[in-house]
Amino acid sequence: MLKLFFQYLIFPGFLFSACVGLIAGWIDRKVSARIQWRVGPPWYQNFVDIVKLLGKETIVPEGAKLTFLFSPFLGLLSLILVATILGLNMYSAPAGFSGDIIVILYLLTVPALAVIMGASSSRNPLASIGASREMKLVLGYELPFILAVIAVIIRSEGAIKIGSVLGHQINAGSNLASWSGALAFLVAIICMQAKLGLVPFDMSEAEQEIMGGAFIEYSGLPLAIFKLTKAILLYTMPLFLISLFWGEGLSILALTGKYIAILVIIILIKNTNPRLRIDQALRFFWGPVTILAVIAVVLALFGI
Amino acid sequence: MDLKLKALTKSIWVFHAATSPCNNCDIEILDLLTPRHDVERLGIVLVGSVRQADALLVTGVPNYKTKERLKKLYAQAPKPCLVAAIGGCACGRIIFQESYNSPCAVDEIIPVDVYIPGCPPKPEAMIAGIAKLIKKVRGEK
Repeated sequence: MLKLFFQYLIFPGFLFSACVGLIAGWIDRKVSARIQWRVGPPWYQNFVDIVKLLGKETIVPEGAKLTFLFSPFLGLLSLILVATILGLNMYSAPAGFSGDIIVILYLLTVPALAVIMGASSSRNPLASIGASREMKLVLGYELPFILAVIAVIIRSEGAIKIGSVLGHQINAGSNLASWSGALAFLVAIICMQAKLGLVPFDMSEAEQEIMGGAFIEYSGLPLAIFKLTKAILLYTMPLFLISLFWGEGLSILALTGKYIAILVIIILIKNTNPRLRIDQALRFFWGPVTILAVIAVVLALFGI
Repeated sequence: MDLKLKALTKSIWVFHAATSPCNNCDIEILDLLTPRHDVERLGIVLVGSVRQADALLVTGVPNYKTKERLKKLYAQAPKPCLVAAIGGCACGRIIFQESYNSPCAVDEIIPVDVYIPGCPPKPEAMIAGIAKLIKKVRGEK
């Protein structure tokens, strides 16, 4: 019991994933700054932001219900569970259960649901625009993302368990090295960008048009929880992709290198693209991306 | 000096409150946020919503309409919230002192923490003003 709490709260759960995620967020800010010929913030900037938000007043808008304060915690708690399941599989001997990929897929949508719930309960017209955009984006990226995961499951002979997917990759080489795996990886990278809410898919919190969108009414502690959720998502999503597609050779050094490689891809996409409109994003996900994912599934069925 | 204020001085999220300015100070504020001056290295970021703001950058002379808006904005910001009056108008109403549509100065509506004079002030002057503000919050001389 004590061991479970330790795993959930400290390693590889909350504390570890939050620290890695906040430092990854700093790498993102620093590299963006260097791309724009700036110096950028110091390494502890994101930690300071969180501490500062914890010390600020928390304002609850008039008429907002308990969901307003409850929804950030919902997203954070479910995401810590994902980080724990993934971390236990990656850092020690495979310790999962049959079907944990499906559980992770479900739990990964909960942060987006938390944003939608919180935004809709904050009684602000701009927040409800943000919520509706987030909802459409979820509808858009979930289909190709699940198809990409199905391609991986087919490649590892129908095993819906992270441990078995990793084991298959250790025996038969990374999924990334095959045509179907590479296509599915491309699809998953694009969907990850949307899941993280980064440019070009950040229309639900577009600062320039809807002033922070879904987070417009949040201040103090709940905003800090949302920031932490984003940070942990920035740690969890690349880790999930590595376990599905790039699972060969997972020493600490190799894992760090792979994580940083995926982080660099995220940052480069973020810095070289303008924001899409929501209808363009939806068309993009249901059109080319889904077609690519279907091709990946078909190729996986033929074993290519 | 407690951790709360120390963290606040290391990460100031600013909200831009324009109370009927002539737009000159606003353009200089935008200059301040460009890569050339790079205030993100001090932890300063422009936020869209006043609920997330740690500092209000007030420009212009409040008139009868924007006076009420400014009062509301300050009430909506979570405390502790700092206020910087940017430009001669916000500091002391300069040539609009006798004007028929300027009922009061900014510091008669909300408490101002730092005055940055100039018409418009240079971005360097604003950085100097923010450095003074940080010193004031920390209680240094």
